[in-house]
Amino acid sequence: MDRIVYLDNNATTAVAPEVFEEMQPYFSELYGNPSSLHSFGGNIAHKIEEARARLAALLGADEDEIIFTGCGTESDATAIHSALTTFPDKRHIVTSVVEHPAVLGLCEHLEGAGYQVTYLSIDEQGRLDLGELAEAVTDDTAIVSIMHANNESGVVFPLDDIAQIVKERGCLLHTDAVQSVGKLPLDMTDTPVDFLSLSGHKLHGPKGVGALFVRRGTAYAPLLLGGHQEDNRRAGTENVASIVGLGKAAQLAAQNMEQEQTRVRAMRDRLQEELLARCPDTIVNGADSPRLPNTLNISFGYIEGESITLMLDELGICVSTGSACSSGSLEVSHVIQRMKVPEMFAHGSIRISLSRYNTEQEIDYVIEQLPPIVARLRQMSPYGRE
Amino acid sequence: MWDYNDKVKDHFLNPRNVGEIENPDGVGDVGNLRCGDALKLYIKVDKSDGEERISDIKFQTFGCASAIAAASAMTEIAKGMTLDEVAQITNQDIVEYLGGLPAAKIHCSVMGAEALHAAIADYRGEEPQAPSADDNIICECFEITEKQIRDAVFRNNLTTAEQVTNYTKAGGACGQCIPEIERIIGEVLTEKAAMRCDIVPENERDARIRQVLAEEIAPELGVHGGGLQLVAIEGDKVIVVMQGACQMCANLQTTVNDFVEKKLREQVDENIVVEVGG
Repeated sequence: MDRIVYLDNNATTAVAPEVFEEMQPYFSELYGNPSSLHSFGGNIAHKIEEARARLAALLGADEDEIIFTGCGTESDATAIHSALTTFPDKRHIVTSVVEHPAVLGLCEHLEGAGYQVTYLSIDEQGRLDLGELAEAVTDDTAIVSIMHANNESGVVFPLDDIAQIVKERGCLLHTDAVQSVGKLPLDMTDTPVDFLSLSGHKLHGPKGVGALFVRRGTAYAPLLLGGHQEDNRRAGTENVASIVGLGKAAQLAAQNMEQEQTRVRAMRDRLQEELLARCPDTIVNGADSPRLPNTLNISFGYIEGESITLMLDELGICVSTGSACSSGSLEVSHVIQRMKVPEMFAHGSIRISLSRYNTEQEIDYVIEQLPPIVARLRQMSPYGRE
Repeated sequence: MWDYNDKVKDHFLNPRNVGEIENPDGVGDVGNLRCGDALKLYIKVDKSDGEERISDIKFQTFGCASAIAAASAMTEIAKGMTLDEVAQITNQDIVEYLGGLPAAKIHCSVMGAEALHAAIADYRGEEPQAPSADDNIICECFEITEKQIRDAVFRNNLTTAEQVTNYTKAGGACGQCIPEIERIIGEVLTEKAAMRCDIVPENERDARIRQVLAEEIAPELGVHGGGLQLVAIEGDKVIVVMQGACQMCANLQTTVNDFVEKKLREQVDENIVVEVGG
């Protein structure tokens, strides 16, 4: 394949060249341990603090509210475990049916350990019912954990409204913002969440690093013990290069936020309109909801998503699919199922997720190449015929 | 990411015999939308040389890459065959033709074989068999019957629920039926063991063959995730079925000739010939 058109940025993103450049010295040259007394190691702590300040600035947070972790999954787990540990009498968790597996898998595990979990439903447009949330939170609720934006549909939940409801009831709120940080403006001074999780590799930073925002004054219990790092809040020698990378990525994200909202959104919208115009019997999932500017989840009737994805792969176009066959689970993605996408369409769902590195030419290429693939697979299909 | 080999990719990207036949002699329609894959097969049967032979075959499919490839391979295998020959085609023939499929995709080949047999039944005007006790649905998610699971377990010597899922999809969604699948596997294996006991060693040599197979050959194959089972001893001919990883192994024949047969010749009788049976 000569040419890669990468449109799977909700899975992972390219490390920005500026990020890579800034990380490089921290492998073989400046490899010291920031905890060391000697200046060769100790000085590196300053670089970590710079990264923390950059990330705090992106979130409208204070530096001491940022804890670096190993990944988004660890951040999610830390927030939920912290709430259960600091409020041991509360045995109830509220979350949604469309959370990332990092939260859903943990909640299912906790149910096995005797906790009660309420899973909030969504409607066909992928939206929460805030009334259901208000009713779900009780005095026994240790934490509400609801994602900011969905990784598959791109649907954005109303975080401010959610926070208001949860905080009125005096409960802790965690949001998995892995997909929204860097794509949507966030300001922790305005949005009263207690915990917010993010991941480096979703915003053009490196893999293997995440962060957890913990609002100052929130009761906190660490998940990883046995080290004083991160102010005793996350033990383990710092992944220096990746933390430096995440800091740089956060700085770039702040500078490019407007571009996500304008140029990236315009490319996504053009792609959506052209695909709908060129492919009959096609629906856009979550089209009537607020969505991430970069995400298009689209279902082509009568055909199957793995076939679409692999035919695009032959052309160097990278997308992902929620179809049953792609995962080995044999089931259509839980998000597509919960959005009640009709069966004739559900299996033919693909997710196209852009980034600021995509170009108009790449979008043209997909507009040119994808409709004939859909037509060809439909020719093969026993469905959708008169 | 699935590891599809080049042949599977070729049949996916350039499927053979796609389409519809006008006025077909038989139609096989298997799978359904809910399951995420479906296959419709059309055949034309020629009787001019006194035998019933498939003269034309076409398919339409809704499914993933391996479903398309398996359907394409199946039509290539069946084209030109007599109906009696076609009746013998199993999903394993499709897998072999394609040079292997990922374990979780074996069910696509099963669908291919089912469509073929359904098309022949339709051509012969056979009524769908009356429901029997075996026909009760075990996997509600994919509408897989006890009979389908029994057949898959029996024919392919499956021993785990995971293998059954790979072959039939049963148990692959909510997983509630997995205890039932395990019960069926247990019953089929017990039935098979009872059948095996019918082969009473007639003499010391045959007893020795059993011993070498059980104590030296099977454990060695087990190291690689494979195995084998003795089916019959007919004179110098030792018939075995291969199990586990051996079934899908590209080096199956080498293993049989250079390991199983060689070992039996060395240790028991130099005239022994090992054959793989079904």
